[in-house]
Formats: sequence, structure tokens, C-alpha cells
Amino acid sequence: MSSKSVQQLDRVVIRFAGDSGDGMQLTGDRFTSETAALGNDLSTLPNFPAEIRAPQGTLPGVSSFQLHFADHDVLTPGDAPDVLVAMNPAALKANLRDLPRGATVIVNIDEFTKRNLAKVGYAENPLEDGSLDSWQVHPVALTSITVEALAGFNTLSRKDKERAKNMFALGLLSWMYHRPTTGTELFLKNKFASRPDILEANLAALRAGLNYGETTEAFSVSYEIAPAKMPSGTYRNVTGNIALAYGLVTAAHRARLPLVLGSYPITPASDILHTLSGLKRYGVTTMQCEDEIAGIGAALGASFGGAIGVTTTSGPGVALKSETIGLAVSLELPLVIVDVQRGGPSTGLPTKTEQSDLLQAMFGRNGESPVPIVAPSSPADCFDAAMEAVRIATTYRTPVFLLSDGYLANGSEPWRLPSVKDLPDLRVEFATEPNGVDAKGQPVFHPYLRDETTLARPWAVPGTPGLEHRVGGIEKADVTGNISYDPDNHDRMTRLRAGKVAGIADTMGDLEVDDPSGEAEVLVLGWGSTYGPIAAAVRNVRNTGAKVARAHLRHLNPFPANTGEVLRRYRTVLVPEMNMGQLAMLLRAKYLVDVQSFTQVRGLPFTTVELADAIVGAQTVSDNGGTA
Amino acid sequence: MTTTELGMPGSSPRAGTASVPRLPEDADTLTKRDFTSDQEVRWCPGCGDYAILAAVQGFLPELGLKRENIVFVSGIGCSSRFPYYLDTYGMHSIHGRAPAIATGLATSREDLSVWVVTGDGDALSIGGNHLIHALRRNVNLKILLFNNQIYGLTKGQYSPTSHVGAVTKSTPLGSVDQPFNPVSLALGAEATFVARTMDSDRKHLTEVLRQAAEHRGTALVEIYQNCPIFNDGAFDLIKDREQQQARLVHLVDGEPVRLGAEDDRQVLVRTKAGLRFVPEGEAADDGVVVHQVGADDPAQAFAISRLDTPDMTHVPMGVFRSVARPTYDDLVRAQVDSAVEKGGGPATDADLERLIHGRDTWTVA
Repeated sequence: MSSKSVQQLDRVVIRFAGDSGDGMQLTGDRFTSETAALGNDLSTLPNFPAEIRAPQGTLPGVSSFQLHFADHDVLTPGDAPDVLVAMNPAALKANLRDLPRGATVIVNIDEFTKRNLAKVGYAENPLEDGSLDSWQVHPVALTSITVEALAGFNTLSRKDKERAKNMFALGLLSWMYHRPTTGTELFLKNKFASRPDILEANLAALRAGLNYGETTEAFSVSYEIAPAKMPSGTYRNVTGNIALAYGLVTAAHRARLPLVLGSYPITPASDILHTLSGLKRYGVTTMQCEDEIAGIGAALGASFGGAIGVTTTSGPGVALKSETIGLAVSLELPLVIVDVQRGGPSTGLPTKTEQSDLLQAMFGRNGESPVPIVAPSSPADCFDAAMEAVRIATTYRTPVFLLSDGYLANGSEPWRLPSVKDLPDLRVEFATEPNGVDAKGQPVFHPYLRDETTLARPWAVPGTPGLEHRVGGIEKADVTGNISYDPDNHDRMTRLRAGKVAGIADTMGDLEVDDPSGEAEVLVLGWGSTYGPIAAAVRNVRNTGAKVARAHLRHLNPFPANTGEVLRRYRTVLVPEMNMGQLAMLLRAKYLVDVQSFTQVRGLPFTTVELADAIVGAQTVSDNGGTA
Repeated sequence: MTTTELGMPGSSPRAGTASVPRLPEDADTLTKRDFTSDQEVRWCPGCGDYAILAAVQGFLPELGLKRENIVFVSGIGCSSRFPYYLDTYGMHSIHGRAPAIATGLATSREDLSVWVVTGDGDALSIGGNHLIHALRRNVNLKILLFNNQIYGLTKGQYSPTSHVGAVTKSTPLGSVDQPFNPVSLALGAEATFVARTMDSDRKHLTEVLRQAAEHRGTALVEIYQNCPIFNDGAFDLIKDREQQQARLVHLVDGEPVRLGAEDDRQVLVRTKAGLRFVPEGEAADDGVVVHQVGADDPAQAFAISRLDTPDMTHVPMGVFRSVARPTYDDLVRAQVDSAVEKGGGPATDADLERLIHGRDTWTVA
């Protein structure tokens, strides 16, 4: 490169922010791919409004994409950006409070017009009134330089040229952090294959950004972040929704059964529907149904026919599907319900994350209707969690909840790709023969005669001669499956269904505790997407010399068999959750352990710092004998 | 939004059961008994459902299908107990959702003959949405809608087909709800096969079932059914031998729409004020309405469905519409099959690995 100096860094957090129409998600995605290709570990956090194009230049319209990358193991998208790219005054104003003093801000001064400033309530231009003196501000005329760089593109309107400014910004940042742009060039070539003029303009803008960094005096330093030491293997970057979709397809492949999705579009789950719709080549059937209820109905119908029925949704959709989930509990058929949780109640915060559907998944049905719950802990883990949900559903003939959330769904991280043949074998056996005799000694089929170990009932699919039978939502007589209103039978069937779900703990392994010293008195216990923030916070606390243990629940129903024993081992158990303490409530109820709840519902993942503070606080309480 | 030519099958209409395995030619034919389950039938004495059950059990052997490839799915209500009494595969599901569940089953299993049994409350009230969407998609389902114009299982509240003014447990001063005409509704929902028949007319009911089974796509069969407990005699005017001839309009494809006995024959004509019956002798040939079940435009069938009035002066019976249109399930399967074929057959482990790797991977040694 040039005579400019190069600094080595171990980690950087960059946030791209602009109008929802500015292409910030795309810019972030591309920068992420370049970073992944370079071998850094990374984690991302897209954050965007529910409105597709909120009024231009306003605070509600700000969309951002944060990326944390490092030469070591990255667990979160980062608490606070080291660098903010603000494409307009709204983006600056909306994000400045997250920015530590001294951080770098790259602003597009072309957008800092009187009108745009007034739109977001700036009386004075913050670039001129000294209010940004605590930050390193780089004013760049992103729009006009881009337009100038594209002066030769006579077929393009000024608007088209302006639109390429995100590629200019990407080029500039790629220069600053030594990112290779070949992947982005290839991406643009595919994306704009049918519009050569737009393609060339974007490529030119990208190069102009690189050259600008190289030549302008405004930027004197560029940075290198060495590749992270990661376990050997082949990697790709993946979002939770994509990993989850691939997990379902792969599970069906390993089960040798067709995958049938019945779904209705809902944020933030729709990407799973989109992804699976494109995978017909893998024998996947997708049905976009007339409503949430039809989505799960179609999936359950397919399960009755011997497929792996799946429905994907978010919290409001689960509310609508509840009755059908209850039916699946009664029918004892495999079914996977994917709930990509978002802020609630009601429509709530459609594009923001939350973990507040745990109790809905656990109890949101009439009657005693236990449903197993599996929760992934990171974007890539959505793949394995999906396979686990299918395993439980098919082995135990039960509906299973897979509780992802908005943060996992849209966030991404490097994924060490598995070898398909080494993944669990999920083959199932359908019933093919009668399994009993009637009063006259004739062979008959008993649809509710259970497997002694799993308590699962036989899966006898239509088309199998001699096994014709009827199932339904009215209470079944044990063994025969006939309608029964007998009091003792209902009591027995209720306990059998509960016992079947409880018995899943036999095949899912213990709760593992990370307690390197073995002397910790505080255990931090989480579930789902808080894995990264908790692990990062625990690491920080340990770096100060304190001893703290950590464990993470993948199964929320049933809990691992040793959960009670683990909880009782520690003087203080801290349970951080993005809800009002739902797991804490379950743990207290089941194990009579006075766990300490730490909660937040801001629509965003926990920051490492606030979690570390909470852990230190719990430590202090613990040192004082466990009372606050 | 762009659209694309599907380039899919459907141009040559196939029978509704074309892809369902049949009994071998030399096998013993099945009988009504083979389709009767060992469960005690628990409808009220005199319920119209008994007659429908007997007709269906008697008709199913005629299809020549393997019994294990027939599935009955129902919702909730008196009629929805139907599957328990048939010795086929069956599912008694939840209120209103049978068409959705059956759509998933029929789409994922081409080799099944899938029937939905529902009632006026189940299909038209709580399940109205699923019904109209099954009809517009044209899923290969046979929907038997038992219409008794009352809620029976919940003991006598008015239903979406009860007449205005109906005094029921929940409408002591008379219902103020405008009822649905199920046939009109189905025609408006793009249905490809719509028919009406009656519980007590076994021959007519069986003939309609036969045509419904033959139809590839969603067949909606409205069956007038008497509830002797909460709405007894609802259809007496058209069941009464003396009255029915003057009231029932038997639709016959390709023939003028007629009414009445031979000596008092009336025929349906087009007038400026709409369709009306006039004595056959007074009808000008060019104004006579000739029934066309296969007409692309459902407008005439719809107009005929509107002859129906609460006082049952004229009640059209039979097949209103029967047109060929590619079915949803055939198209969905064709898209999957063609993608699998283009991909070189069922996906292998290597194919799966290519998928999850995507285009952008890197290797750490």
C-alpha cells in the first residue's frame, strides 16, 4: 500500500447507519463477507425499522448494521461501535449515544443540509458547533464524490448515481481495514447481471471509495486485524434463519422423509419460508397458506401423511396456532413449530428481538398439553437445534417448539460446516403390521399402544393396509385410541403424555457447566440467544480474577436431568433473560431454588458491560452471604 | 412483481382418483361392511347424518380404490364425528380447520383420496377462511358440507345458514344475520365443482358423490341434512312428495332448467329483470336458460344459485358447476418433482453439502 501507516488491532466494532433506503444492510453484509473471507471471527447485528421505507431522513427511518470482528473468538456483535458510518443527520443522532468518546465517525456531509438537520431536531449543524469534539469526525462528501466519480455514466440519472454511495462507503471502509473486495465485485456482477450500466457504476463507486482512502489526507492510518485462530475446517458466514432452514432440510434428508412447510409470512421468520421455497430440489414442499392456523394445519396434515411437518412463525402467529398445537399433542404426531421471537405483546416490536415467548411455548394451550422446547444459542447453532427439534419430534411423536429470536435470525457468524454423513441418523420406522388382537383373537392395530422406552405411539401412515385407524382431538382410550370419556383413562392419558415429554431428558444429555476453577459461587445460567453476551461477560469478569461459572440451557422442556443438582451447587444463580424473568419463574417453580433474575426488554441483545456489571453485583451479594 | 408461465400439467383433465392405487382387477370387491368401523354410531335418533353415512359407506366400494388409501378429515360438530364410523384412515380435527389439514395431506400425498366432512357452522363460520381458500386453490379434496341450518352439538344456536328471523337459543327475538348461500359462496370463491343434494334422496346423493369423486380438484357438495332435535323439518317443503315437484329444480347439464310436473312444466328464462320461471309454452326459445356445468364463466351458475329463497319456492339441486382447472396439489408436486429431476434425482449427501456450503467458504488449516 502507500506511505500511510498501518496499525495492528485485535478487534473492531463498526456500525453502518443510514436511511432504510440507503442500502446499509447490504453494505454491512458485504463488509461481513469480506471480513469472513479474511479469516476474522465475527458477529453481526442488523437493526432496522418495521417500516419498509419510513419517511426519508427521519429518526424512525434509520437502519443500521453492526459488525464485530477480531483476531480471536468473538461472542457478541459488540457493545459500542469503534467506528460509526452515518449517512445522514438522522443516522448520526440516532446512534451517537451508543458511541464511546474517542470513537471514529465518518459522516456524509452532503446530507447535512438545513432541511435534513431540522428534520431530526438539530438547531445547529453538529459538525460545526463543536458538539462532536469528543469524537474523531471525518466529514466526507460521500454523495457528491460518488456522483463525480460516475460523471462518465451518461445513461444514469443523478438519482441512480447517488444510490451507489453505499458502495463508495464500503470501498472506503474496505481500504481502512484492508478488506479484499473481490467477493463484493463478484456479488455485484451476479446481482446486476442484467443491468451492465448499474453494475459498472457500482464497481466504479467501490473503487472510488478505495482510492479515496488511499489518496486523501483525511485518512492517515489504516488497520489490520489478523485472522482469528479457529478450529480447522471449512467455514462460511451464516445467519440464524438460513442455518435454521438448512437444519430442517438436512434433518429431513437424514430422516429420509419429505419436509413439508406450512407457513404464513411474519417478521422476523419469513426468511425461513423464502429460503425453503427455493429448496424444492431437495424435495422440500412449501405452502404459503391463508393464515397462521392454516399453516400449521397443512403441516400437521402432512405429518399425518408421513412427512416432517414444519410451521414457521413469530409470537403472534404462535397465539393463533395454539389450538392446532394442542391437537398435535393429542394426535401424538411429529411437528416442528419454529417461533422466531420478537418484542411483544401484540404486534409489539416486529423487527426487534426478545425472549418473551418461553411461557407461551410452555403453557400457551388449553388443558395439560406438554410440548418439548429447544432453543438455539447462536446463529450457526440454529442448524443443530433444528436437527435436534426434528429428532425429538420424530422419535417421540410430538410437536416440538424451536425458539429462535430476531437477534439469531438476522445476526450472523462464521459456521464450521459439518459433514452431512457424520450428522445424527434420524431414520424412523413407520408401523407396518397390526400390533394387537381383538376380543375374537383377530389381529388389530392399536394406534395408542406405546413404545415401552420412549412412550411414543406408532406412526402408521395412510396407505398402509390393515392399519386403518382414526385419530382426533377427543380424549383417546389408552392403547385402542377409541373415543373415551372415562375418568381413569383421562387421568392415565394425561400422565402418559406428560411422562413421554419428561422422558426426553433420557436422550438429551446433561447440563454442562463451565467452571474452570471449580470454586465459583456464582453460576450464570442462560438460554437461547443470550449465549454470546453471557459468555463474553463471564470472560470479562474472569479476566479480573473473579471466579464465576456459566451454563446454558438448550432444552427448556424438559430440563436436563441434572439441572436441579447444578442449581443447588452454587450460592447464587443469576439468570439473564430478554424478558421479565420467564426461565427464572420456571426454575423457581420446579426446583425451589431462589434464582436471581436479571432482565431487559429493549429489543436488543444484552451488552457485555451491563451483563458483567450484573455478574459482579451478584458476586458481591454472594460474598455478603446471599442477601441483598 | 413478475409472473412466469408455470409450464405445468393440467391441460388434460384426470379423474379425481387417478393417482390413487386401485384394488387389483381379480380382487374381491369391497362392500359397505368393509367401510363400517367397529364404533357405535352416536348421533340422535332420526338424524340425517345416518342416511348420509349409509350412502357414503355404500358408495365408497364403487370407487374400486384400496381402502387404506382413503382418508376422511373432519372438523368439529355433529357431522364431524363421521370419520369415526368409517373404517378408513381418518382424523377428527379441530373446529373449522379440516380443509387446511386436508390441504397439507393431499398436497404431500398424491396417492390418497382425501375427503372432508364438515357442517354449516364448521365450514362457513369458524372455518370460512379455510373453505374459500381451498376452493380457490382447487386442492384435490372432496368436501361434504352437511347443512342443517343450526348448531347441533352446542345445542341449538343459529348458524351462518339460519334464516333471518330464526328463533334459536341465542336469538330469542329472531336472528338478524343475513345467511350465506353455500353454493353462491363457493361459486364466488372460484370453486371448480359445486353441487347440492339432500340426505333423504339416496340415489341423488350417490350420483352427486360419484361426480364429485370423479372431479379432479376441490369438489364442494352441500348436503341438506335434517336435525330432528334443534331444527326439525327445515327441509320438509322440499322433502314432501306433493310439494317437492313444484319446488325442486333438478339441474341437468345441457338441458333447459325446468321445474314442475309434466302437465305444469315451467322453464327458466332470461328477462330484463333477471332469471325467472315461466310456463314452458310461453318461453321464447332464445330466452331459455340451458344449464352448462362446464361453462368457464360461473355467472349463469351463480344466477341459478340465487333462485334459492328462504321460503324454498325454487330450490336448485344437482351439479351447478364442474370445470377442469389444474389443481394446487398437482402443481406443487410438479414444481418439486421437476426441480428434483433437474437436480439429477433425489438429493445425496454431497448435494446437501453443496447447499450448506453456499458460494462463499474459507478454510482454516
